[in-house]
Amino acid sequence: MADILPYPTTQRRGETFSYLPAMTPERLRKQIAYLIAQGWNPAIEHSEPEKAFSSFWYLWKLPMFGETSIERILAELEACHRANPGHHVRLLGYDNYAQSQGTAFIVYRADAR
Amino acid sequence: MASNSFQAGVKDYRATYWTPDYVPLDSDLLAVFKIVAQAGVPREEAAAAVAAESSTGTWTTVWTDLLTDLDYYRGRAYRIEQVPGDANAFYAFIAYPIDLFEEGSVVNVLTSLVGNVFGFKAVRSLRLEDLRFPLAYVKTCGGPPNGIQLERDRLNKYGRPFLGCTIKPKLGLSAKNYGRAVYECLRGGLDFTKDDENINSQPFMRWQHRFEFVMEAVQKAEAETGERKGHYLNVTAPTPEEMYKRAEFAKSLGAPIIMHDFLTAGFTANTGLANWCRENGMLLHIHRAMHAVLDRNPYHGIHFRVLTKCLRLSGGDHLHSGTVVGKLEGDREATIGWVDMMREPFIPENRARGIFFDQDWGAMPGVMPVASGGIHVWHMPALTAIFGDDACFQFGGGTLGHPWGNAAGAHANRVALEACVEARNQGRQVEREGREILSEAAKDSPELRIAMETWKEIKFEFDTVDKLDAPARVGTN
Repeated sequence: MADILPYPTTQRRGETFSYLPAMTPERLRKQIAYLIAQGWNPAIEHSEPEKAFSSFWYLWKLPMFGETSIERILAELEACHRANPGHHVRLLGYDNYAQSQGTAFIVYRADAR
Repeated sequence: MASNSFQAGVKDYRATYWTPDYVPLDSDLLAVFKIVAQAGVPREEAAAAVAAESSTGTWTTVWTDLLTDLDYYRGRAYRIEQVPGDANAFYAFIAYPIDLFEEGSVVNVLTSLVGNVFGFKAVRSLRLEDLRFPLAYVKTCGGPPNGIQLERDRLNKYGRPFLGCTIKPKLGLSAKNYGRAVYECLRGGLDFTKDDENINSQPFMRWQHRFEFVMEAVQKAEAETGERKGHYLNVTAPTPEEMYKRAEFAKSLGAPIIMHDFLTAGFTANTGLANWCRENGMLLHIHRAMHAVLDRNPYHGIHFRVLTKCLRLSGGDHLHSGTVVGKLEGDREATIGWVDMMREPFIPENRARGIFFDQDWGAMPGVMPVASGGIHVWHMPALTAIFGDDACFQFGGGTLGHPWGNAAGAHANRVALEACVEARNQGRQVEREGREILSEAAKDSPELRIAMETWKEIKFEFDTVDKLDAPARVGTN
């Protein structure tokens, strides 16, 4: 028994990639490149942590239809974060053919670990 | 007015039911059977016999045949092909007019196609290899109550496969102890836990008690993680009335998903439950107990790709597909064939995957394939590569068997999954680089590190063990 590491009190998570260490800028760029390569439309959403369980977060501006510049997407993520410092900010990729999101993951966590 | 008068007696089937010049209509239901005929029975006669016995024919002529337009209603054997690598067996292609079948009834289709004909003396063995449902028929069926896209939206999970776990031991736990195992898995990072298929409502744990404790576990894990979770509450029951009672109770507790065994309970029960789920906003997980009885023998029964199509029509949001890599090894190409059949809108004929016909599902939602059975973290890279995002990976022993318990086991699997998805998105060859990807991820996760030490590393090479009909089969059987 001595060798068992007790599992800690449950942490709040944020779905995809929330069990990996926080994204470094380099890793983030690669995920954005993947989103663009899939032909998805990037969009940014943000939320107060206490409302994050809802399907609907605040939409930041409008989805960036047809955007293929990693720099511009990063700049919008940062702008959203600066305007809403206490919020989670997530990036999603709208997949028009599946009528769904091809991906969605939190880029800025309000309670950054 | 029919031109020929009634001639009593026995006529060769092929005179009526073998029509090699027939061009199938888009509205025909097409079937391909693998047949081994009795000695001395010509192939055309055996194929025609199957067409006759699975449609309008019987062993002798009857005068009432002349009261209808049998030419319109009969099934037609229209092609025969040699089975590669087997001199005795052949494929018979049969076309059935759509009006032979009641709309929206998989039950009726199967009663005709795999009914009496399977006991028929003229054939030594018979296997239904594939079916093509015409789009006109597909449109009469309800199909999956929700589908993959709606499931993702309900559960807020995008860009990765789902993770689940079947709670073990499969029989004997009390309701509260069972709920404990569920809670640990979900708080550790799984999306779903699952009732084992043989958990219904036994004396050691009645269904109401299980449902209550399990839902408390689900809701607490959701509140703590901030993620949406579910447990497949098995509502498979001795009677439809009891099944619906359990489903209603699951709904009253706020459960997002219930579970059903479609073969042991039967297609009538399954289709009814799928309709109930559609009307009640409930996801439906489908287990496939008894499938191997029907689909395992290469010369008898019904191929799993046919059962897959029937389930998609009858209705279910998840269906067990096999893992390719786990304890229940299935041929990789054939598995991808029926996985496509579950979730794609159109699947073209592809003999390399055992698919004999184009299949158009129209707008019918897709079914999420579930890979379950003997898999652990070392399989994660291959699973990610084979199945892609629209699948659910279920690690039973691979979660609960972690030396530090369920939460740590769940955590290890979640880290491994996300690491593989991230690597894939980065353009890395996930299957080949599996060891490096997992080892890098384990640096930040002691739970994953211990899991990797506990379960033996598997080889990251997967040559196809071709169980499809192929010339290579000769000499190996």
